[in-house]
Amino acid sequence: MAKHVVLVEDETNIAEAIRFLLGREGWRVETLANGATAVDVIRKARPDLVMLDVMLPGKSGFEILKELRADPGFADLPILMLTARGQARDREMAEGAGVSRFMTKPFSNAEMLEAVQSLTTATPTPS
Amino acid sequence: MLREALTGSRIRERRIMAGQKQADLANVIGISASYLNLIEHNRRRIGGKLLLNIAAALGVEPTALTEGAEAALIGTLREAAVDAGLSGPEVGRADEFAGRFPGWADVLANTQRRIATLERTIETLTDRLAHDPHLAASMHELLTTAAAIRSTASILADTKTLEPEWRDRFHINIDQDSRRLADSAQALVGYLEADPETTPAASSPQEEVEAFLAAHRFQFAVLEQAGHDETAIEALAQAAPELKSVAARHIARTVLQQVAVDADALPIARLAEVMESLGRDPMALAQQLHQPVGRVLRRMAAMPDLGAGLLVCDRSGTVIFRKSIEGFVVPRFGAGCPLWPLFAVLGNPGVVVKERLAQLGRSHAEFDCIAACEVQSAHSYNAQPLVQSVMLILPAQGLAAGPRLDVGATCRVCPRDHCPARREPSILNDGV
Repeated sequence: MAKHVVLVEDETNIAEAIRFLLGREGWRVETLANGATAVDVIRKARPDLVMLDVMLPGKSGFEILKELRADPGFADLPILMLTARGQARDREMAEGAGVSRFMTKPFSNAEMLEAVQSLTTATPTPS
Repeated sequence: MLREALTGSRIRERRIMAGQKQADLANVIGISASYLNLIEHNRRRIGGKLLLNIAAALGVEPTALTEGAEAALIGTLREAAVDAGLSGPEVGRADEFAGRFPGWADVLANTQRRIATLERTIETLTDRLAHDPHLAASMHELLTTAAAIRSTASILADTKTLEPEWRDRFHINIDQDSRRLADSAQALVGYLEADPETTPAASSPQEEVEAFLAAHRFQFAVLEQAGHDETAIEALAQAAPELKSVAARHIARTVLQQVAVDADALPIARLAEVMESLGRDPMALAQQLHQPVGRVLRRMAAMPDLGAGLLVCDRSGTVIFRKSIEGFVVPRFGAGCPLWPLFAVLGNPGVVVKERLAQLGRSHAEFDCIAACEVQSAHSYNAQPLVQSVMLILPAQGLAAGPRLDVGATCRVCPRDHCPARREPSILNDGV
């Protein structure tokens, strides 16, 4: 069965590029443009990986991250955060909230693919 | 101690210019010639009635004999000296320097003030990069668009066998995003370019507001007549060349709204009428007119004949309004003297404080200060009230009946010894 990633990103063109890149690597990519429903969707889908933007309509990436990590069932879920606000403070906040990897936009495709690769092979995925 | 220079020297200078003998002048003002000699050589402090008498005898304004503007100059020179790490005794010679080389002293003081202004500008700009929401949003927009273009472009460049549907799709996306990038880059440049004009670094918003009010002599006939008229207020704020920054216009509008409300409730003409019989006693006036004391104080400050100053501070003690008066210095940056009645009433709404006071180390001009604290009208239930203190600064008439309160401008330039309210050492004493 194909690996499953939930991508929460309100920039449609970035979401499309990631969908293409990961789809080519054999991923099933589910995209969400709104933060409000993200936690529910992720709880139901139990994906192998979550990719989160920080500035989202409805609910911020930080809030989604905190809610997921508060649930023991998602303690080990690999979460990759993508943000254009690459300030040290944001990175610290994300690390404090238990992010698995933090990437700043604009990123290179190779860098992003490498991060996805290392996150999903190094960490045991939840069943 | 602060050297009481210059006042004596000026008396001597004026007397000689007037061709008067020391003994003659002493005779006119009713002191001994030897005492006048001590004064003229800056060996005796002088102030109050004696100074007024000498000024009258010489036919000059008392302020021409006291340091006046020079006090501010010397204060600035002392700050410059301390900032440069000059030693204590040298700092104490600032007045001598100002007296002997007035031109050079001006240059130095202007430079010092310019440094303070520039430091403030830097602070504002540093703040801005971190906290300007528009700038942050613009940068976010740029980076996001760049991210989309970079990712899409490298798919197009790196994928050898890209299906035509995907390729067309990505071309369209890149086209869209590149336009968006160009637009947002232009908008950002426009924002950064336009800004220096809207927030000039030359002065603080508070100073712009005071310049605006002073240009109107703190009187607004249109508001006295029309009362609370938002259109008139907006027109005044928009038409003012002094109000350069957005912040200054905001503050000015708030001030004008207060003026309008006050004018509605207590027209200047009515106050002047009652003052004819009751004199300039804010408490008696407030009782007679059934008005809050704070309002009477604000209205009295708008009467040009009184030549009064006014200070208003909010609950944090920040001075949010000032009408300057010569001889009472309010620091440009940083906090004032905690002994001011303005602050004494801050926690005591309802109490009206009246003090005869003088600011130490300056011209020793005496003032009658009346201060009251007013509770702002509540905006929600169960909320702690916001308060404002108002202090009217009236030039003293006659000698004080009771004791005089000696206050400072701000600790750094205050010579008061053993002051219980001292926050930091003075640069005037040995505590440098």
